Amino acid sequence: NSTLVLIEHDNAAVKAATLNTITAAKALGNPITALVVGSGCGSVVEAVKKIKDVSKVVVVDNEAHKGFLPETVAPAVVEAQAKGGYTHIAAPASAFGKNVVPRVAAKLDVAPISDIIAVKSADTFVRTIYAGNATTTVKSNDKVKIVSVRNTAFPAAPADGGNAAAEELAVSTSQAGAEFVKQELTKSERPDLATARVVVSGGRGLKSGDNFKLLYDLADKLKAAVGASRAAVDAGFVPNDLQIGQTGKIVAPELYIAVGISGAIQHLAGMKDSKTIVAINKDPEAPIFQVADVGLVADLFKAVPELTSKV
Amino acid sequence: MSLRIVVGVKRVIDYAVKIRVKPDKSGVVTDGVKHSMNPFDEIAVEQAIRMKEAKQAVEVIAVSCGPSQCQETLRTALAMGADRGVHVSVEGADYEKLQPLAVAKLLSNVAKKEKADLVILGKQAIDDDANQTGQMVAALLDWPQATYASKITPTADKLEVVREIDGGLETINVKVPAVVTADLRLNQPRYATLPNIMKAKKKPIDKLTPQDLGVDIAPRIEVVNVEEPAARKAGIKVETVDDLVAKLKAGGSI
Repeated sequence: NSTLVLIEHDNAAVKAATLNTITAAKALGNPITALVVGSGCGSVVEAVKKIKDVSKVVVVDNEAHKGFLPETVAPAVVEAQAKGGYTHIAAPASAFGKNVVPRVAAKLDVAPISDIIAVKSADTFVRTIYAGNATTTVKSNDKVKIVSVRNTAFPAAPADGGNAAAEELAVSTSQAGAEFVKQELTKSERPDLATARVVVSGGRGLKSGDNFKLLYDLADKLKAAVGASRAAVDAGFVPNDLQIGQTGKIVAPELYIAVGISGAIQHLAGMKDSKTIVAINKDPEAPIFQVADVGLVADLFKAVPELTSKV
Repeated sequence: MSLRIVVGVKRVIDYAVKIRVKPDKSGVVTDGVKHSMNPFDEIAVEQAIRMKEAKQAVEVIAVSCGPSQCQETLRTALAMGADRGVHVSVEGADYEKLQPLAVAKLLSNVAKKEKADLVILGKQAIDDDANQTGQMVAALLDWPQATYASKITPTADKLEVVREIDGGLETINVKVPAVVTADLRLNQPRYATLPNIMKAKKKPIDKLTPQDLGVDIAPRIEVVNVEEPAARKAGIKVETVDDLVAKLKAGGSI
């Protein structure tokens, strides 16, 4: 038995979520082969060789993989699978992983299992359904098990301590019908929402996009990332990439500070695994207080600046 | 462009319903619970209709796989403006075990049968949260995929699609035929008006079976159990910002 882990990277560095996927793969109990598909990704290969518990690295380095389009990445994974005969394939449940994994699975006629939060055995996994309002344990009866891994549910594997050998895999790439044009990542001096130790998050209670400055000031003091509820996104206060919840990002930081957020089910699904939750809301009946470790019933426009000055 | 568009619509428990797990842990309670069209599929339907209104599409065909109640979901799509419906009938235990891979096979065969140029689906269903079907339809048809779309601009034989990715946006071009999955910000779906609901009653719905489409829908994944998630206990309330800061310092959070 052996597991193939699809590495997420940007041709320069390994994306953090990959290390959490390695931990989930280790729980399967098999030797781990890492697959790096990219264009000019030599430095990534060097980094992956050093990840603890990676026993082999397979590299597909080709100009055709510019933009990491699933139309070219999925055939590379299928080709690696054909050569290596892996029993398991795992990838991070990120926008990249979720885009590629089902395409690979359908090509292999396998039912993939999305967004696993625990590994029970080599064929049995736990995942959430209904936006985290239920969990389900599922057993795969396919010959190859293909999973995507929720990074916040597994700790990161050590990025060094390994010494794996790398080998090239030649994959013929045909015209894919898709073409990468550009990527516009939101520029930020702040830590990334998915991996930040502290997250400050705002809801409709902020009343406007301008008022999010209050949260940015607090976030700067705490070295925190800033997020938002779907209500705040739908109201047009902030862009969608800040959204935390069922239809946005799932986060699990050490400290989550919810400001002016009522605590709709869809939002709770995205943050309830945070270690410590703080809620600031003027409505004492807001459901967010039912999950908060520390609640402060107060006018956020007074409480947040005061908090910023005192931390 | 004169596209023939197939749109998938799934009947799910309404997003506003608080779901309950069955005492025997076999699933969630669905009897007597309000169901609606999956919200992301509403966005997909809206997109298809707008493309027809903009003369980029010639026909919009809504498809739903499941029991007879799926016809209500199809009627909603028809009332929004889809031209006709296809109901792939899957009943009883088969329906309870209907999984995304089987649905993807059904939808891809309907797309072939209807000579579709474009398949638009919601990015995920809010019941199983799988986020797989669109990608698998694309794989089975060997078409390009533009998932998590927040803007679609047709140009000659291509679609320029802006996608929502981690940390920002990405723009890609896909050649048609293609599969697109709709994200939250693609559009704001319309409400069906009463005259349109009446008109929708006269629009045709074809009924097919998985056998008609030559698809084996046997499940590959066994559901061992469904459980309530561990509940998080409410903590304490503090009176002042000073108390809050003291608590956070005591707990080592800051």
